[in-house]
Amino acid sequence: MSEEERQVSPADWNRRKFMAFGVLGLFGATVWGVRQWIVDSPKVDGAFAPLRSALEFNERVNGTIKSDDHSVKEFPKELAAKKVRVNGNYGVDYPADIAAWKLAVFTGRPGNDGQLSITMDQLRALPKTEIVYDFKCIEGWSQITHWGGVRFKDFAEHFLVGSKSGAAPTNEKPEDLFKYMGLRTPDGEYYVGIDMKSALHPQTILAYEMNGAPLPMNQGAPLRLIIPTKYGVKNLKRIGIMMFSDERPKDYWHERGYDYDCAL
Amino acid sequence: MPDEKITIRKKHPLAIRWFHWVNFPVLFVMIWSGTLIYWANDEYALRLGDLELFKFYPPGFYKALNIPFRLADGMAWHFAFMWLFFINGFLYVLYTMISGEWRYLLPRRGSFKEAWFVLLHDLRLSKKPLPEKKFNGAQQIAYTSIVIMGVGSLLTGLAIYKPTQLHWLTWLFGGYEIARLIHFVLTIGYCLFFLVHIAQVVKAGWNNFQAMVTGWERVRPADPSAIMDEPEQVIDNPAQP
Repeated sequence: MSEEERQVSPADWNRRKFMAFGVLGLFGATVWGVRQWIVDSPKVDGAFAPLRSALEFNERVNGTIKSDDHSVKEFPKELAAKKVRVNGNYGVDYPADIAAWKLAVFTGRPGNDGQLSITMDQLRALPKTEIVYDFKCIEGWSQITHWGGVRFKDFAEHFLVGSKSGAAPTNEKPEDLFKYMGLRTPDGEYYVGIDMKSALHPQTILAYEMNGAPLPMNQGAPLRLIIPTKYGVKNLKRIGIMMFSDERPKDYWHERGYDYDCAL
Repeated sequence: MPDEKITIRKKHPLAIRWFHWVNFPVLFVMIWSGTLIYWANDEYALRLGDLELFKFYPPGFYKALNIPFRLADGMAWHFAFMWLFFINGFLYVLYTMISGEWRYLLPRRGSFKEAWFVLLHDLRLSKKPLPEKKFNGAQQIAYTSIVIMGVGSLLTGLAIYKPTQLHWLTWLFGGYEIARLIHFVLTIGYCLFFLVHIAQVVKAGWNNFQAMVTGWERVRPADPSAIMDEPEQVIDNPAQP
């Protein structure tokens, strides 16, 4: 960078300034134009179309770099909160008849194999997995909480769901896996979609216990999802229906402008 | 020298002017959308013991700026414009390194002492004139700090965006909650930087401001700086790309 000096005529100097400020003005107008273009664009699932495209791009980027080897940090039980925060009661704002509760599973396969009905006793008979981790809410808070239940992977291998062939689902045969699992509350008020890879993550649990006791009603009794690799919004309470599909199942907050993945 | 002629001196390269003016709206969007996100869990305040001095932010602030209940909106803007913030900042740093501009921008021995005099001068505690050069010590420190802050925002942002995939980064910043706090404090830092920056630009006057647009500053013969100004030794030795 040399300390360059020049002699110019006043007219020349004015022309320079006029051009430079003109370009800055055009730039400002362009910035405003981009803003208008975004806020005037139609909303796609609750987000302005260009921003929705960016969110989907981010999900693709994340999908290519994310690794199942990455697990969330686990903590000793003593660190778990005794008073667990309750956020959101969509689909669970009424007491459930736990004795009569059954999990309806739509396997996505044709014929007799298509639907299963699973009781709590059947779930409790499977090996129990516990996890103590830092639950993260999309709002920005987090809390160390303690959950117990059936690891989803164990559940899927036992009931042979999640695969198209009816074999035990495994990441080694991705072509045999459905791309998504969908969950819904019994009343259908709340619903989420989870990519199969995240569902089969070893820390993803169908939880029936919190702090060593049966799930309270406001935490989704009798069975809820605990998926530490995603924000709390994906941790659906009181699972009524489970389904598998290659199509992205509808997702409550995705329809309201959030990204589908909510991956951490 | 004919009286008709005006002497102008090159000050800011075109690339740096572009990076500067692109950064302005992009950083604005990042701060604004970040505030939409922060609202959903606005837990920070300046406290002295149990006494809350200032809450980030008071209800009137949110209301006046139409902040409440726009978390999804905020996240969508934030995670779209983070790319522009990153690309623009990255190209800026790359440019300063390749062009040799970094020599004017990085503090060196003496910058801190010089910055102290600039501070005294600006507070009108010292009559000593400001150093006559492109960037004085205070500016070097400020413009280098802001780049480090930008890197900090990017990294703490990633640490709270993907704390499982990038757990090492989250760990490096002392965990999820501390990373979020740093991310917030840096944002407050930009706002303070902006206030001081604007005050300094106003104080420095039109010739200085227009140089950030035209790239050239006008040298007035009456201005002692035209005589006093001596290129520093590094200027004779521009970096080769």
